[in-house]
Amino acid sequence: MMHDQSDVTALAQAQTAGELLEGPVGKPMSYWQLVWWRLQRDKVTLVAAAVILGIILSAVLAPYLAPHEPFQSSIRKRLAKVGTPGHVLGTDEQGRDMLSRLLYGGRMSLVAGVTPVLIALLAGSTLGILAGFVGGPLNLLIMRGVDIFFAFPSILLAIAISGALGAGLKNTIIALSIVFTPPIARVAESVTTQVRGWEFMEAARASGAGTVAIIRHHMIANVLAPIFVYASTLISVSVIIASGLSFLGLGVSPPNAEWGLMLNTLRGSIYVNPLVAALPGVMIFMTSMSFNLLSDGLRDAMDVRL
Amino acid sequence: MEHNGAILTVQDLRKYFPVRGGLLQTVQAQVQAVDGVSFDVRRGEILGIVGESGCGKSTTARLILRLIEPDAGAVRFDSQDMLRASPVELKAFRRQVQMVFQDPYSSLNPRMNIEDAVAFNVLVHGASRSEARAKAWDVLNKVGLRAEQFGRRYPHELSGGQRQRVNIARALVLDPKLIILDEPVSSLDKSVQAQVLNLLQNLKNDLGLTYLFISHDLHVIEYLSDRVLVMYLGQVVEMGSAEEVAVAPLHPYTQALFASTPSMNPDARLERPPLTGDPPNPINPPSGCRFRTRCPHAMESCAAANPPLLPMGSNGRQVACYLYGNQTTTRG
Repeated sequence: MMHDQSDVTALAQAQTAGELLEGPVGKPMSYWQLVWWRLQRDKVTLVAAAVILGIILSAVLAPYLAPHEPFQSSIRKRLAKVGTPGHVLGTDEQGRDMLSRLLYGGRMSLVAGVTPVLIALLAGSTLGILAGFVGGPLNLLIMRGVDIFFAFPSILLAIAISGALGAGLKNTIIALSIVFTPPIARVAESVTTQVRGWEFMEAARASGAGTVAIIRHHMIANVLAPIFVYASTLISVSVIIASGLSFLGLGVSPPNAEWGLMLNTLRGSIYVNPLVAALPGVMIFMTSMSFNLLSDGLRDAMDVRL
Repeated sequence: MEHNGAILTVQDLRKYFPVRGGLLQTVQAQVQAVDGVSFDVRRGEILGIVGESGCGKSTTARLILRLIEPDAGAVRFDSQDMLRASPVELKAFRRQVQMVFQDPYSSLNPRMNIEDAVAFNVLVHGASRSEARAKAWDVLNKVGLRAEQFGRRYPHELSGGQRQRVNIARALVLDPKLIILDEPVSSLDKSVQAQVLNLLQNLKNDLGLTYLFISHDLHVIEYLSDRVLVMYLGQVVEMGSAEEVAVAPLHPYTQALFASTPSMNPDARLERPPLTGDPPNPINPPSGCRFRTRCPHAMESCAAANPPLLPMGSNGRQVACYLYGNQTTTRG
């Protein structure tokens, strides 16, 4: 990342000056103050965060922002071009307002993209931390079980599970949660095992601390930060796979607005009105990309060792 | 063994690590990491433990604190056997016996500033936050880190020497009687080593501490210790005052160890054959004396039985070698 360079140089200069190790004014900062200060200097991450915030806001406020009903179709206004008065982003193959549908579609895409990662974060880190902390036969059982899921490519697995469960938003979320639990569990397990082997864990035991105190003060932050960062990178993948499932007819069912589904129904119009047909794809790309950049930036800002 | 004034007595400490393998993870072999180690630490002294990597020095330290559970033996602190202590007694014991770890990088939590890292040990024993913080500031100042300047810093912002000072502060903050130092200066530069060693020396004098000092560096041990204990492949081969052991090492292994460190005096160089080869595998140690495969004086009796640690002279000097004693005795 480009911003690292300037950060590192600043820190190096500060170190040679023998002061100002923590922040811009040489004042000691708390961990979160430091993270915030670093994020503020990272333009790419700030833009990504702004884009995501915009998408979330527009999804939440869709009923107030949308100029038309998302389901209101009109035979006369089919496939209006971008910039048509009254339909700023044109209309789809049934004459429904694209802007309104994109706004409403964001709700579905965000829910289908973010929820599975949150569920998988909970399930995966529980399994992984348990396996890493307890070790032995339990570790063997959990981790070999996780390995079974790695035999399938994630998209194939998601298609298979949604295919078995049937179409619908709920089933998409279940399928994606199952897909993302194993990789999070694996990261959680390896981080836990690694942290468990560090000498400061032993030092804490040597000081007479009990297991609960050690887990609370020494384990949690060191284990959760990397898991959290890893999970945040999965959101972008999740958004894409969720859209992919509805594109294939395994996700949200028509006439609901969802970006993947819209891409599918507009597929036939790609030669007639390519710009309008590409719009849902642009939204998927922007959302996925922004989540990716944001998680990158967060990872760098949260790593105290950089 | 002399028990007079002993603060810590270790008797016949033993730890074999199982080596698992195969389909069912069955025990295939045993690594004899520590095999029948006995010694005592006297109140107010510095006892040095020296030996090559993998000889069981660090394992011994961890066994004493029960960071690893020993298979057999006894560790008596104030005449109470800690290997049979209840969790409450063990917690009290760990308060009085602290440890400084070798690696200044992994021994500090990267997400905890040093003030909290030091205060944590006090909090664990039921102090209030402000009390713990005050104690932490006090010891940080004692080890030469100005608390108001360094307290809120994170480990990655400190140098190796500074981190090791934090480790020492963390050990000191509970007012222990005995500190086990596991290679505390091995990963530091020579100049920083000297600073830290002097700091340790001063702290010991000021606070009336007792040290168990583990190192592979003979110069450090010789400089700091009152008595020295030499270990080879999980067993003690020689014990005595630092001066005597340095001037006239008895066991061929100790002699070889001193011979393999370059001397500052050109005339004293290479009087004795230096140590060659690697230590044998502790999974399958040689029969009889464990050093016989590398020993220039090996005799037939050395292969037959393992020489016991026997007293030599009156100064508490002990050596385990058939060159100096009864060849019919063996150790268990």
